[in-house]
Amino acid sequence: MSGWFRFAAVAGILLLFGAVRIPIETRLNAEYRAAFFHGAKLNLGLRQQIGQLGFLAALGGFRAAVADGLWIQAHIDWMNTEWGKMLFLFNSVTALQPRNIMFWDVAAWHMAYNASVAAMDDRTQPRLALRLRHQHEYFLIGKDLLERGIANNPDRYKLYESLGTLLRDKLQDHCGAAAAYASAARLPDAMTYEKRFAAYELSRCPGHEREAYNELLRLYRLGEKEWLPTLLSRLKYLQEKLNIPLSQRVNIPENQLPPQHFRDN
Amino acid sequence: MDPTPTPHIFFSPARIWAIASNTLLELVRQKVFYFLLVFGFLLIGLGAIAPEFNFQEQFQLLKDVSLGAMSIFTWLLSVLATAMLLPKDIEDRTLYTILAKPVPRFEYLIGKLLGVLLLLLISTLVMAAVFVLALYSRQQLAIAETIRNTSPDQVQDALREIHAATFSFSLIPAIIIIYVKAALFASLTLFISTFASSWIFTVIVSIACYFIGSLQGVAREVWLANGATTGHLPRIFLALIALIFPDLQLFNLVDDIVAGNSISLVLFGKTAALGGLYTCIYLLVAYFVFASKEL
Repeated sequence: MSGWFRFAAVAGILLLFGAVRIPIETRLNAEYRAAFFHGAKLNLGLRQQIGQLGFLAALGGFRAAVADGLWIQAHIDWMNTEWGKMLFLFNSVTALQPRNIMFWDVAAWHMAYNASVAAMDDRTQPRLALRLRHQHEYFLIGKDLLERGIANNPDRYKLYESLGTLLRDKLQDHCGAAAAYASAARLPDAMTYEKRFAAYELSRCPGHEREAYNELLRLYRLGEKEWLPTLLSRLKYLQEKLNIPLSQRVNIPENQLPPQHFRDN
Repeated sequence: MDPTPTPHIFFSPARIWAIASNTLLELVRQKVFYFLLVFGFLLIGLGAIAPEFNFQEQFQLLKDVSLGAMSIFTWLLSVLATAMLLPKDIEDRTLYTILAKPVPRFEYLIGKLLGVLLLLLISTLVMAAVFVLALYSRQQLAIAETIRNTSPDQVQDALREIHAATFSFSLIPAIIIIYVKAALFASLTLFISTFASSWIFTVIVSIACYFIGSLQGVAREVWLANGATTGHLPRIFLALIALIFPDLQLFNLVDDIVAGNSISLVLFGKTAALGGLYTCIYLLVAYFVFASKEL
């Protein structure tokens, strides 16, 4: 058999196999995308952030290892309180591993809870207004990270929960927090307290008192395991606020409520 | 003495097994398993920096690094071990001794590939065992500390989170797919070595195939995209890449699985079957070249 014929035959087999497998691969790829695989966007922006070698490794199927390297670097920067550098690295890490909820969650926590406190304690900035503004900016960065994390992981409860907590504790957006906790509660594997947290926050959301009351009452009627001090306290508060007739009210003994200074009305 | 000669069997699993076991023995004698020490050191090194991080981060780092290292090591082992098979047999003249006997060339190639696949299987299993042991010991530490430091009403939720963050069923298909990808590469490297002039050429071309294969999916999407702005020549070039090279992104599942994605058995089965098909096709074309090779 001549060399040319052999070459043509091998090329023919490979091309024929290619033609057969391309529709299969295209379909398989679509199935993987639907199952949230291969979601990382390896574009030129990321290439500039992580360098050529890191980008090559990420392309070669070692995204997780590259992301871990950057994560360790961000941890070192945290110890040196270099918040700007940390955010830069967090953006790279989450771009490489968008399905890793721990990266989104911890990155948002660093920004909204650590960097914001550092901004408020910044001794180089004497003006309180500017310190407050910087603090608020870090809250928003944390919120943005969680929202982007949710966009990449709409099927997991954890980031909704973290967003709810951030909105509740840092931005005092109780309506938003209620919606976030309710979204978390709807997902599989969600913690049992998500639905309670959603109801608590709804009770603090102006204009939704009736809705919150109905939900708290529903939870109360589930049995004693739901009769937690905060639930009883919020229920008692709404009964009074909504002027629920005495005959319809749940009798909540004072000794089952949290101490007065823990109640927030 | 029996006067009738034993008829020659066209396809003999026993002959293939003899070649495969010899290939495995030769590779083991070359001390290829030393790389397992590197894998072990890597996990020990990771253990040294682990206390800096919380448990969730520790589990994540351990899984990422271990499975990433398994992926790199099995791939490198498949390329390096296979690239040297034919040149070494030619240099030692073992090839001529074998082929002078009634051993068909396809049996020789299947035997050689099977030897490498066995080596890869042993390596993958050992690395997986070390990984599981490391993850389990880290998990037990985390459980002990959580029970000690968590209030009784929260301990169940905390333990549930630890269990979810460590072992999941999807780790098994992830490790199997690492092996399938390495097998695919062993077969591809064997094909390259049938026409290569030296083992260095085989290694370089095989590594290049790895990176091209990682981008094959992009080439295929651009080629198949309707109304693409690319000209005819680039489209032909993209088509050739899509048709000739394997789509390795389909086998890069570890990154997403350690991030918490779960893979269905159907999807896993399809991917493993595609990997098996690639391995067979590359073996077939390797035989096609090797069959008419002048030795």
